[in-house]
Amino acid sequence: MTLGHWHPPQLSLRFVPVWRRHFLVWRKLALPSVLGNLADPVIYLFGLGFGIGALLPEIAGVPYITFLAAGMVCYSTMNSASFESLYSSFSRMHVQRTWEAIMNTPLELDDVLVGELVWSASKALLAGSAILLVVTAIGFTETRYALWVIPVIVLVGLAFAALGLVITALAPSYDFFMYYFTLFVTPMTLMSGVFFPVEQLPAALQTLTALLPLTHAVALVRPLLLGTIPGDILVHTAVLLAYIVIPFWLATALTRRRLLK
Amino acid sequence: MSTAALASRKGGPRTEGSAVDTDHRGSPLVLRGVTKAYGDQRVVAGIDLTLRRGECFTLLGPNGAGKTTTLRCALGLTAPGGGTIRLAGLPVPERAREARMRVGIVPQIDNLDPDFTCAENLMVYGRYFGLRDAEIAARIPELLAFAGLEGRHEARIQTLSGGMKRRLTLARALVNRPELLVLDEPTTGLDPQARHLIWDRLKQLIRSGTTVLLTTHFMDEAERLSDRLAILDGGRILTEGAPRELIATHIEPQVVEVYGDWNEGSSALGVETWAARHAAALSQRHEVSGETAFCYVTHPAPLLAHLATQHGLRYLHRPANLEDVFLKLTGRELRD
Repeated sequence: MTLGHWHPPQLSLRFVPVWRRHFLVWRKLALPSVLGNLADPVIYLFGLGFGIGALLPEIAGVPYITFLAAGMVCYSTMNSASFESLYSSFSRMHVQRTWEAIMNTPLELDDVLVGELVWSASKALLAGSAILLVVTAIGFTETRYALWVIPVIVLVGLAFAALGLVITALAPSYDFFMYYFTLFVTPMTLMSGVFFPVEQLPAALQTLTALLPLTHAVALVRPLLLGTIPGDILVHTAVLLAYIVIPFWLATALTRRRLLK
Repeated sequence: MSTAALASRKGGPRTEGSAVDTDHRGSPLVLRGVTKAYGDQRVVAGIDLTLRRGECFTLLGPNGAGKTTTLRCALGLTAPGGGTIRLAGLPVPERAREARMRVGIVPQIDNLDPDFTCAENLMVYGRYFGLRDAEIAARIPELLAFAGLEGRHEARIQTLSGGMKRRLTLARALVNRPELLVLDEPTTGLDPQARHLIWDRLKQLIRSGTTVLLTTHFMDEAERLSDRLAILDGGRILTEGAPRELIATHIEPQVVEVYGDWNEGSSALGVETWAARHAAALSQRHEVSGETAFCYVTHPAPLLAHLATQHGLRYLHRPANLEDVFLKLTGRELRD
């Protein structure tokens, strides 16, 4: 890889027509897409929340399903951003050659990538907000700070979209994404406080956990949904921002290397 | 439907026989000493090229000659290793984005959006050029008519034939009224009917003043469409000029292809033996490829008289064409 690929991503509003293209495709398939986004986390929420919750005492002073609600908001956001920036972006890049078509116009690869990033985060915003709406409507949460969860969802969506684009830039085929899920996403989901408090983990693992983006997402969303102001807001926000900036820069450089040769 | 409306307004219609603009300052594309290497492999090894406004120029070459890489450099889709490029008067790759505003591109492999209808494909593509929706919508009927897809606004891409997809891709490349249209192997994989329809559309565009740059490895395509062409091999331009001019410069005007079994007395000998004994005396130049001897001649009478007396040999007498020039310059060995 030459140094030439490493200059910062060019950010501009030129991504808007790319975003609109993805939106137009999504609109044609919106109903199954929204149902799919909602069904999985809602099933987890009720299945685990009521099933396991019935066996458990209160966790952190609240019923298990209330504890789990914040985890499910983050989990749903992460999944949505990941699937879009992996499978869907890869289809557009490699299978349908949509990116190639776009780069034949006055748009550049960087515009395409910003479009992918923002689009994946937009779908994640929809998925995360849908779960947020469900848990607040049913009354599992305190509504006082619930709206503040939305900017967190945006950050989490952008972070997992950026991470997904790094993997997509390296992927030879769809099968490659399985490694990302089994080696990164699934262990992280179990270690980041989605299903049980991080404090349950051995101390050594807790240090590792502190480096993972999902941990910081949960650390912000859970207090907000319990009606309290999270501690260390700046630290958690800074980590999430770093997980947007660094992976997106890396994804841009790797994709330039792949496509602009 | 007027083709002039589809193409650039800047070029203006070209009248019969009128020369294309030879002023290089207004050239839609100038390449000077362009090179590109992948590791040790020099794919483009110093290309100089100046397109004249309003002409159709063809890059003709075998697979792997560097045609597509030359185009990718010219369009700013990859950085050249060396040399200078001006596209639509702007330096590339520095200002490639702005330059592509005035260029239409038809890629080698179809990349229409499979999720969209014909009309949606044009609309979405037009937005990439910053065109307003109303402007694009007003243009969609004439673009679809040009593609021979009238009334197929709502047709899904999967329902189109290969030829229809190519034509829609061509129409899509015209959404911004380009001055220069670049096509990478526009008819590869199409049946003869579909190829003729594409050629017909390209001729319309050339007549209306659009400059066209295309790559191909089909001789008939290059000969039919281009005002000038360059034969490329090993990343270099071997020769450049009008098709007729190249034939006149590089090759004897007539070709006699000799094939069949040559019998002398009672022994059956092959074409190869015949060529070794007689071809040099009866033609200026000859090549044996497989079971055929190609004899290149200015005065064919003695050769034809000789052949008439040879039993078992058959022949085809024809004028020299671009393929003869191409094979002379690039050789007959297989390219993979």
